[in-house]
Amino acid sequence: MLGGAAIEVLNLTKRYGNVEALRGVSFSVSEGEVFGLLGPNGAGKTSTVEILEGLRTPDSGSVSVCGLDPQTSGDEFSHIIGAALQSTALPDKMRVREALDLFGSFYPRRRGTPELLKRFGLEEKRNAFYSQLSGGQKQRLALALALVNDPRVVFLDEPTAGLDPQVRREIYDIVEELKKEKKTILLTTHYIEEAEKLCDRVAIVDQGKVIALGTPRELKQRSGAVTRITVRMTKPETNGALCKLEGVTECRAEADDYLLYSTRVPRTIVALVKHLEEQNNELVSLEMSSPSLEDIFIELTGRRLRD
Amino acid sequence: MSRMRLAMRNRAFLFFSLIMPLAFLFIYMGIFGRGKVQAVPYLLAEVLALTVMGSFWGLSVQLVTFREQGILRRFRVTPVGASAMLASSLLSNYVLTLPTIAIEFYLSRQVFNMAGLGDILSIFVLVTVGTVTFASLGLIVASVTNTMQETQIINQIIWFVFLFISGATIPFPMLPGIAQKVALFLPATYLVSGLQRVMSERNTGIMDLGVYLASLVGCALIAFVISAQLFRWEPEAKAPRRAKLLAASAIIPFLLLGIWENLNGDLRNHAMKDLQSIREPYSLERIER
Repeated sequence: MLGGAAIEVLNLTKRYGNVEALRGVSFSVSEGEVFGLLGPNGAGKTSTVEILEGLRTPDSGSVSVCGLDPQTSGDEFSHIIGAALQSTALPDKMRVREALDLFGSFYPRRRGTPELLKRFGLEEKRNAFYSQLSGGQKQRLALALALVNDPRVVFLDEPTAGLDPQVRREIYDIVEELKKEKKTILLTTHYIEEAEKLCDRVAIVDQGKVIALGTPRELKQRSGAVTRITVRMTKPETNGALCKLEGVTECRAEADDYLLYSTRVPRTIVALVKHLEEQNNELVSLEMSSPSLEDIFIELTGRRLRD
Repeated sequence: MSRMRLAMRNRAFLFFSLIMPLAFLFIYMGIFGRGKVQAVPYLLAEVLALTVMGSFWGLSVQLVTFREQGILRRFRVTPVGASAMLASSLLSNYVLTLPTIAIEFYLSRQVFNMAGLGDILSIFVLVTVGTVTFASLGLIVASVTNTMQETQIINQIIWFVFLFISGATIPFPMLPGIAQKVALFLPATYLVSGLQRVMSERNTGIMDLGVYLASLVGCALIAFVISAQLFRWEPEAKAPRRAKLLAASAIIPFLLLGIWENLNGDLRNHAMKDLQSIREPYSLERIER
C-alpha cells in the first residue's frame, strides 16, 4: 500500500456514556478496494463508519479519507464521498426522481437521474413517493443517492440488513459492478456470506476492536485449517462420544446436525464410521466444508455472529 | 437551485398554509364583514397576518419530523450545511405562502368587494419579513424541543398567545389592558397592527412602518442565528438545557426592549386605535342598536 490508502483509521476510540463503543480501531483501505467490517450488532461498525463519514467525532485517534479529515475538510470532503446510512430516510412525499434530482443538485459533478434510475432498476418507480417503495427499492434508491456525485469512496452501512435473500443478491450485483469501476468501498455487515462474496479484505470487529484482518482466504487459513464436518444420523447422540473421536478439536449439536471440527479429517471419518457401527446408528448425511468466516468468528470470540 | 428543489417536499404542508387561512378568510368575512365593504380591508389584514403566522407551525413540525426520521442526517453527508438547510426551509415556505396571499387578495376583491388594495409595497414587505420571522421562530422551537410531542405542546402554547393576544382574532383595542401590555411584547402584534395600518389607513407608506419592520427584522435575525446555532442533525442528540436557556434568553431581552420603547412611545396603542376607528363608523351603529 504505497501511498495508495484511500481510507486510514488509526486508534479510534469512542464512548457513549458508560459504553465503550470503540476501543482502538485501526485499519487502512487501499484505493479501489472493497473492504468489509464484519461483526455482530453493537460491535462498533456503524460508529467507525459514521466517524469516517464525518457524522460523529472520535474521542481519540484519527481518520483520513483520500487524505482529508472528515471533520475539517468541509465540502471538499463531502464531494468525494458517497454514503448509504443505516438509520435514515427521505421525506415520505418525495418522489424517487425528485430525490435523485435534489441530491444531484448539491454537487458540481453528478450522474444524471435517468442513468441512475436505469442502473438501479427504479425506472418504473421514478414517480413513486418514497413512502410507497418496498424495503429493497428504498435501499436501491439509497445506493443510487450514494453514487449521485460519482464519489471516489463509498460507505455502505449494512446495505442489505432486513432484506430478503433475493433482494440481497440484487444489492450484491450492484456492489460487484462498483468494484469493477474501481470505487473504494467500505461496507459493514453482519452477514458472513456478504463479506466473503464481496470483500477483498475483511476486518472482523467485536466489542470495539478489530480482532482479525485479512482477505477472506487468509482469515480462513489462519484459523488453523480446521475442517467442519456436518453429520446427521438416524438416532441422536447424547453422550458426547463424537467429541472424543480422533482428530476432533471441537464439536456441537445444531438442530438435528452435529458439527465436528477436525484437524485430521481422514482419521476422524474412519473413527466416526466405526463409532456408528458400534452404536448401531446410521448416517443420514455427511458434509464437509472448509472453515467459513463464521467459524473464524466463533473461534475468535467464542460467540456466534447472529444474535 | 437546490433550495428551490427542497421546496417540493413541502407538499404536505399546503393544508396549513392554504386551506386553514382561506377558511379563516371566509369565516371572518362571512361573519364580521357581511354587508360592510369598509371592514373588509381590516379583516383581510387579520387573515393575512394569520397566513403569515402559520409559517410558525409548518416549519417547526417539519424540521422535527425530518430530524426524528433520520432524514436530516442523510443531508449532513452532502455539502449542505445547517444554515443552507434552514434557509432553504424558510425560502420554500415563503414561496408557498405567496400564492395563498394572492388568493386572499383576489377573493377579497372579487367575492367581498374590497375597494382598494392599500400600499402594495408595504404589504409585500410586511408579508415577506413576517413570514421569515415566524418561520424562524418555528425553527427555534424545533431546535429546542427533543420530540414531536414537545414541539406540538410548545407550539400550541405559543400559537394561542399569538392568536389571541396579537389582534389577529380579537382586535387589539378590545383586549383587556393587561393583555394589551403583553401584546406589545409579541412580534405577532407588530405584524398584525402593521398590516392593519397599511390596509385600513390611507396614505400609509413603507416609511411609516419603521418600528413594525424593525421589530420583525430584528426578531427574524436573532431567531435565525439562534436556530442555526442550535441546529441538530441527529435524532438522538438532545438539546442541552443551556440551549433552551440561550433560546429563551435571546428572545426575551429583545422583546423587552422593543416593548419598553413602545410602551413609552405609545405609538402602537395609537395606531391600533386609528385602525379600529376606521372600522368603527360602520360597526358602531350596529353595536349600539
